[in-house]
Amino acid sequence: MPARTLFEKVWEAHVLARHEDGTDLIYIDRHLVHEVSSPQAFDGLRLSGRRVRRPDRTLAVPDHNVPTTPDRLTRIENAAARTQLRALEQNISEFAIPSFALDDIRQGVVHVVGPEQGLTQPGMTIVCGDSHTATHGAFGAVAFGIGTSQVEHVLATQTLAIKRPRSMRVLLEGERPWWISAKDLIMAIVGRVGTAGGAGHIIEYAGPAIRALSMEERMTVCNMTIEAGARAGMIAPDETTFKYLQGRPLAPPPEHWDEAVSYWSSLHTDPGAHYDRELVFDISNLEPQVTWGTSPEQVLAIGDRVPDPETVTDPLARETLRRSLSYMGLTPGMSMSDVAIQHVFLGSCTNGRIEDLRSAAAVVRGRSVAPGVRALVVPGSGLVKRQAEAEGLDQVFQDAGWEWREAGCSMCVALNPDKVGPGERCASTSNRNFEGRQGPGSRTHLVSPAVAAAAACTGRLIDPRQLTGNGVS
Amino acid sequence: MERFNTLEAVAAPLPTNHIDTDVIYPGRFLSTVQRSGLGPLLFHGLRFDERGQERPDFVLNRPAYRQAGILVTGENFGCGSSREHAPWALFDFGIRCILSTGFADIFAGNCVGNGILCVTLPPAKIARLMQDAEQALMLKVNLQEQVIERPCGEVVPFGVPAAIRKRLLSGMDEISMTLQWSKRIDDHERQLTRTLPWL
Ligand code: SF4
Repeated sequence: MPARTLFEKVWEAHVLARHEDGTDLIYIDRHLVHEVSSPQAFDGLRLSGRRVRRPDRTLAVPDHNVPTTPDRLTRIENAAARTQLRALEQNISEFAIPSFALDDIRQGVVHVVGPEQGLTQPGMTIVCGDSHTATHGAFGAVAFGIGTSQVEHVLATQTLAIKRPRSMRVLLEGERPWWISAKDLIMAIVGRVGTAGGAGHIIEYAGPAIRALSMEERMTVCNMTIEAGARAGMIAPDETTFKYLQGRPLAPPPEHWDEAVSYWSSLHTDPGAHYDRELVFDISNLEPQVTWGTSPEQVLAIGDRVPDPETVTDPLARETLRRSLSYMGLTPGMSMSDVAIQHVFLGSCTNGRIEDLRSAAAVVRGRSVAPGVRALVVPGSGLVKRQAEAEGLDQVFQDAGWEWREAGCSMCVALNPDKVGPGERCASTSNRNFEGRQGPGSRTHLVSPAVAAAAACTGRLIDPRQLTGNGVS
Repeated sequence: MERFNTLEAVAAPLPTNHIDTDVIYPGRFLSTVQRSGLGPLLFHGLRFDERGQERPDFVLNRPAYRQAGILVTGENFGCGSSREHAPWALFDFGIRCILSTGFADIFAGNCVGNGILCVTLPPAKIARLMQDAEQALMLKVNLQEQVIERPCGEVVPFGVPAAIRKRLLSGMDEISMTLQWSKRIDDHERQLTRTLPWL
């Protein structure tokens, strides 16, 4: 058998037919559903009299437009959001789809919930009507976001007809400095690859620095792969993966565990396998990252200065930079640490897991939120929230003046009551700094949990080492 | 789904790179259970000011472009969120074809099922078509022949993956096509029960 990449091994195991026109019909092992991208798909099924082929391979979780306040079970003010949530409830009951409702401790952001439950496993194909499905690739699954028409297609057939993506390897060289989080890693990678750089590809991350990451850190890296334009990210499963999965509710049961691990262990790229593209990054001198603009590729080391569009020769690129700067209200040459922020958001499918909360809490402990700053912690799931409370992190944040919320997408997307006002600035641990992403006119600076925590304490975009010194991680 | 064969329409210029789906269809309008009638929300932040008044200088608000059927734009159009509301709103507004140096994968996939043709062309060609769009000229797009006719007479050939071309030309429902493979799907599922029983 010729040498194959991890991606090829997983993909080929799922191809049911190769169409003449160059698309593959692939089988989908798991389908995650949320309230925003699914109502029109279920309507389509009803219109054509179709059923859901495999409800047992589907899991529905409301997350995008749910409020994160404690009274949300009785009060959701937005009528459209209520209608959409009710539509999901009706659809899951009509089509008998398993789900975690709002009052279920397991509810949360769908990409936090799947792995946490052990639903996400190596070698699977996983889709969801959401681009950050890329997160699940951290387990060595082929996982990617799809549109609503494709959601309907998967519900009806448990398959997708799709052109096979090309493969790309991003090899990280060097050791990760202790002050660099997985978020900084992926932000720097997006900056280097560019938001269009990965188009048409699935990226496999490799190298000792990747192997050394925890599962949660791997998820952060794969999550933002979509910001590099790639369909999905992947990391080969290993002991770290197996240990994370063992004993989770939806993981393989004990009688199949050894068999599963032995299959999963074959899911790695063979020596000599061919990638369509390869990139090598040395990460040994990375600094904490922050975005300055309205695209995730517009990223800087936190001590750097805002770039000058006039130095760019390509007219389209120059115009794009000018637009970003004017939207963000920044001037070329200014230092990022001179930028004052009014909001801090800690959460999302990128950084709403327990390790993220711990890392921010380490900076927050014993400090308080700067005057004029509103800081929100939104755990990625009810279970993350419970774990954090068991560790006393809720107290650390609340003592410092942060708001402690219920699980959901929250301020990552302006679809629920948690918003950033026009012209206001937010240090956010989410994944997109697009115009209006956190509310009309909102200005987003993407950062790691530690930088978000430092921003909350000081009201500025500063390097957390300035607060904690060099010895604290 | 809607077929696409030929189109003769005014082209509108959007000379910016990386226009994301949050800009095409802002997140706060995602709480809808509809897929039609979303045209008024298209590019909402660019088309309307804070009080909901039209911004007269935004291209699609200018009289010459109100009937535009084609967009000419910068690279990586449609990046970001997978929301199909973006193509739904474009279609409802009347946009049936987008010309760019490149598209985000999920967005391009979403367009096909909604009868919108995405054409990728080299920068020099996009620059020329952008000039036509800046003068609010009509372009003729022929998917059968895979050419765009400029008003000056120049014919710009383009390529589209065979699968996409076929679907757009025929307007075929993809689910019905896939259901012809039901036996394969059954077989695969039976085999999975044997080989990966924990799945
Ligand atoms: S947390 Fe943000 S990026 Fe993640 S699924 Fe929710 S809205 Fe999308």
